[in-house]
Amino acid sequence: MQRCERIVLLGDYVGYGADPEWTVDTVMDLVEQGALALRGNHDQAIGTPSETMNAEAQAAIEWTRGRLSAAQRRFLADLPMTIREEDRLYVHAEASQPSRWRYVRNANDAVHSLMATDAHVSFCGHIHQPAMYSMSAAAKMTSFIPTARVPVQLLSGRQWLVVLGSVGQPRDHDPAASFAIYDTKRKEVTYHRVPYDVEAAAQEIRANGLPLWLADRLRIGR
Amino acid sequence: MGEPPIRPGAVIDGFVIGECVHRGGMALLWNVTHPDIATPLLMKVPRVSEGEDPAAIVSFEMEQMILPRLSGPHVPACFGIGDFARQPYVVIERITGDTLYRRLNELPLGYAEAAAIIGQIAVALADLHRQNVIHHDIKPSSIMFRPTGEAVLIDFGLSHHNQLPDLLQEEFRLPYGTAPYMAPERLLGRRDDPRSDLFSLGVLAYFFTTGVRPFGETETLRGMRRRLWRDPYPPRKLRPDYPPWLQDLVLRCLEIEPVWRHPTAAQLAFDLGHPDQVKLTARAEKLERDPFSTVLRRRFNRGLTLEAPKSDVAAQLASSPIVAIAIDLDEASEELGQALRVSAERILATLPSARLACLNVLKLNRIALDRTLDEQGHNKHIDRLVRLRHWATPLKLGEDRLSVHVLEAVDPASAILEFATASQVDHILIGARQHSLTRNLLGSVSAKVAADATCSVTVVRPPRRTQGSG
Repeated sequence: MQRCERIVLLGDYVGYGADPEWTVDTVMDLVEQGALALRGNHDQAIGTPSETMNAEAQAAIEWTRGRLSAAQRRFLADLPMTIREEDRLYVHAEASQPSRWRYVRNANDAVHSLMATDAHVSFCGHIHQPAMYSMSAAAKMTSFIPTARVPVQLLSGRQWLVVLGSVGQPRDHDPAASFAIYDTKRKEVTYHRVPYDVEAAAQEIRANGLPLWLADRLRIGR
Repeated sequence: MGEPPIRPGAVIDGFVIGECVHRGGMALLWNVTHPDIATPLLMKVPRVSEGEDPAAIVSFEMEQMILPRLSGPHVPACFGIGDFARQPYVVIERITGDTLYRRLNELPLGYAEAAAIIGQIAVALADLHRQNVIHHDIKPSSIMFRPTGEAVLIDFGLSHHNQLPDLLQEEFRLPYGTAPYMAPERLLGRRDDPRSDLFSLGVLAYFFTTGVRPFGETETLRGMRRRLWRDPYPPRKLRPDYPPWLQDLVLRCLEIEPVWRHPTAAQLAFDLGHPDQVKLTARAEKLERDPFSTVLRRRFNRGLTLEAPKSDVAAQLASSPIVAIAIDLDEASEELGQALRVSAERILATLPSARLACLNVLKLNRIALDRTLDEQGHNKHIDRLVRLRHWATPLKLGEDRLSVHVLEAVDPASAILEFATASQVDHILIGARQHSLTRNLLGSVSAKVAADATCSVTVVRPPRRTQGSG
């Protein structure tokens, strides 16, 4: 289908799904083949328990920790928080204080992230809802909800923050997995949605005794 | 001091710069050529020196984003975009001729000519809206015409694309645009309603048919806000021979609330193409502006106006189609006529902004001389119009949603298709009989229409009968 030259994973490979071993192994393989991978807050919580996570997320982390090998846990802990490549910056939550795991909910939040870098385009996730923000040379903000399969030209002369949706737990009311493709030559980003077998994933979550809400939410994209 | 990069003789990305043909407030236009492109070309370059209006840059960025996405005869083709990092530019097709601005010293125009011009612009707007773009700067200098007659919309610096970032959204406190033509909802910050373009077209129509601008030439925000509550003088007051149907259409475009204007540009184009079918409302009768009490009420009750939910251009268009239904008035088709009525009812019930055009084809013989009078001496054409109305009566449609047409033609399928194209029809309903020797020999009209139409076609059949045995 798409001929992509590089895969970039923005984090949170574990913490909500019922097959963490497979997921981490897959990420490790991809990284070995040249993919870029970042650390997300749930990946971090495996090694460093978090106090601010909600009860269901905490329960899932406890269970996940028990399922991962020492090597897998070390892999997650060693992942970088940010990666800079040419005029692109990749980070899990946002660029001004990555380890605070702040959500980019609106243009005001986006301003902080954009001001903290000189990269032409930053990519982040964390909020599980696709969005795009642009800051003009005069620091005026534009916010935008992208439409799948419609390429958006990232004009130079302004900075862009591309907020990715989630592959495994979308929260914008659409259960299909969300990701994007970026053409570095044409400077065009195109979002995509791919439906997957949500019921099978939910079944696995239930079968492993994980909190039921983590299964139910998949079907409604919350 | 180095030479400016854009100057006659310079070559940028393969484009050879010719002479500068226009120096505008926000951009320069240069004639350019390219060895691989036969079409005459124009390069638009923003003025970005110190002290220039920052809106000029954002406006140029919008054109860079939107122009490459547009296609069709109603917009200039785009052949290249230059980066702001190196040299910003946009290369577009050069349309021969002048803009409508040239005609300002001939105003007011004759009614028929003005209606034809406005109709062409409405068709262009319909095409633009279908491509998810709202122009937001419709005025005489934004409109040109091809030698073949189509209107071409130019200058997309203030446009809004429904599926692309709107860089002008939060940009500046003043709504950007051309004050005399700006829709009232723009003053309230709304950029996502395609009917704003219809308001601007209404201003142009009023101006071109009366010689007077309906809202004056004020440039202040305060002056512009008056149109939120103060209606313009009815054109009939300025020109006593102004056709009521045209006044109705123009004043409908100028309605303060977008929901009272035509739902789509296509429906406005339809009305302009069928003046005898325009429903005459109180708007057509107006000879004076609204009374002061009404104006006061509008001004101070603005808070009571329900804030409409964010409209989706695509959803808007989808809910306001023009539906054409082809009826065979032959006696033997009573059952089919009923089936067509049922289908029409279903569509119209779910889409309150849809309108229905009922068609009947009066088949002319190629060889024999046609008589306009039948055996009883009745005019066939009028007779069929009456029977079409009779057919449509049970649908209980208001006059503004229903029109009837008798097409006289040798080939029914072609006549229906031509009507559909000329009238921007979105959906054709046509009946097909189950058994017909004639149909099998000559090919059915419905099959031809379904095969060649550029819009959706629904073929309706009478309800099934249980087949007898033996």
